[in-house]
Amino acid sequence: MSNTIYVDNAATTPVSKPVLDAMTPYFCEAYGNPSSIFYSVGAAAGEALAAAREKAAKALGCNAAELFFTSCGSEADNWAIKGTARKFARQGKKHLITSSVEHHAVLHSMQALEREGFEVTYLPVDAEGFVSPAEVEAAIRPDTALVTIMFANNEIGTIQPIEEIGSICRRHGVWFHTDAVQAVGAVPVHCHTLPIDMLSLSAHKFNGPKGVGALYVRKGILPLNFMDGGAQERGRRAGTENVAGIVGLATALEIAVNGLAEKRAHLTEMRDHVLAHIRSMPQVKINGPLDGAKRLPNNVNASFTAAEGESLLLMLDMRGICASSGSACASGSLDPSHVLLAIGLPHEIAHCSLRFSFGVQNTMEDAKAVCAALDEIVPAVRARSPLWHA
Amino acid sequence: MYSAKVMDHFANPRNVGEIENADGIGEVGNPKCGDIMKMFLKIDGGVITDVRFKTFGCGAAIATSSIATEMIKGKSIDDALKLTNKAVVEALDGLPPVKLHCSVLAEQAVKAALADYYRRQGVDPEPIVGKLEEDCHACSCEE
Repeated sequence: MSNTIYVDNAATTPVSKPVLDAMTPYFCEAYGNPSSIFYSVGAAAGEALAAAREKAAKALGCNAAELFFTSCGSEADNWAIKGTARKFARQGKKHLITSSVEHHAVLHSMQALEREGFEVTYLPVDAEGFVSPAEVEAAIRPDTALVTIMFANNEIGTIQPIEEIGSICRRHGVWFHTDAVQAVGAVPVHCHTLPIDMLSLSAHKFNGPKGVGALYVRKGILPLNFMDGGAQERGRRAGTENVAGIVGLATALEIAVNGLAEKRAHLTEMRDHVLAHIRSMPQVKINGPLDGAKRLPNNVNASFTAAEGESLLLMLDMRGICASSGSACASGSLDPSHVLLAIGLPHEIAHCSLRFSFGVQNTMEDAKAVCAALDEIVPAVRARSPLWHA
Repeated sequence: MYSAKVMDHFANPRNVGEIENADGIGEVGNPKCGDIMKMFLKIDGGVITDVRFKTFGCGAAIATSSIATEMIKGKSIDDALKLTNKAVVEALDGLPPVKLHCSVLAEQAVKAALADYYRRQGVDPEPIVGKLEEDCHACSCEE
């Protein structure tokens, strides 16, 4: 692993040492059930849970009482969407609005609701992946129960006009949820200064552990419960809390948010180095926003004409570089990424795409190694391709 | 996810390239699905004396093309026509289920090149080669 250059941080990130250290006591020492407050090991866990909630809420700019821990970002998305849809269905509101570039946690939740009889509007995006706020407004109907638009896209890094979209929803009295899994810890996200009703996040995207996420639910907003059972999370999300994971989430979030300016500058430098290099290569297309301020600071996505994505990934792996492709070939489907198709890429170009996503642990040396590898492998893959005509 | 044999053929593909004045050229697949194989044959006295390929596709597509060229080089047309996708998969020590269609493409690419050879000879290839399912019939992508 020592020679590995891991540049797939949009998939997941390594847990940082301070985060692991903060989590360790809650496995074998303060192992109590945080609901068992009448003896010390339980009380210690309960106190750690409360402190973690305060810490995470402070980093997100919300109240501790508005933050509910979940098992992952997907659970938070499912809860917000299905809990809202089923609540308003009782009032005859069975219309939902989302975009065509959402994560599958959102898209597949929507498809599940369609099978239950809900109607879903999937808004298109422009060539850089942006949802139009005017189109959100035009899609809102008297029976619209929820608008959910992701904060930032996991594949092409597009940061959506969340403030404008949220303001429109508020003006129309429609709840607004955002999947901020890629945004939290990467760009400033302040719940109370944005017109957001619900927001999903996931710890493992910002150097926290896997298996823990959270849903911010603004005071006064009450989606139906998704997980029924005990009275944990003030009766709104059952299940014994993942104390170590939650402590890890809060610690990682605090570190990311406190050092956000520095982290963004570091990520942006690596991102822009690789983007500039790719732009200098022949027959390439950068996917996602060209304006760096509207793109996640860690995201690079590009298509290399006639060089198929999985072949590129395998050659990167042979050089110790871990990245991701838009070809989806390895994921069990033969279709390329729905995001790349939504921004208008033809199938044959979408199949030729790579995503690099940097993390705090990466260095400019890593970025340079990625560029050097691309210079070797893109021509090598093209040399085998019947579609390549230099 | 791939066997060592697949990775070997991916990293060091055999017989990559084109043949000028080829006696038969076959192309199968579809860029929409992410796989295109183009096979070039040199045929002398009913024997495949040289074979080259160019493939746009994933690791399995490269590896199946590569090993298929090895399996037919120096063989008679009759033997080459007997090449099955199953034999290609076995020669590679297996493929992940989602990649089996690549082995079908390799078999089809060889047959398409041989059909082209017969056409150039003024011979209807269908009774000999069989009906070719060009495009990616084994692929699930939609229009």
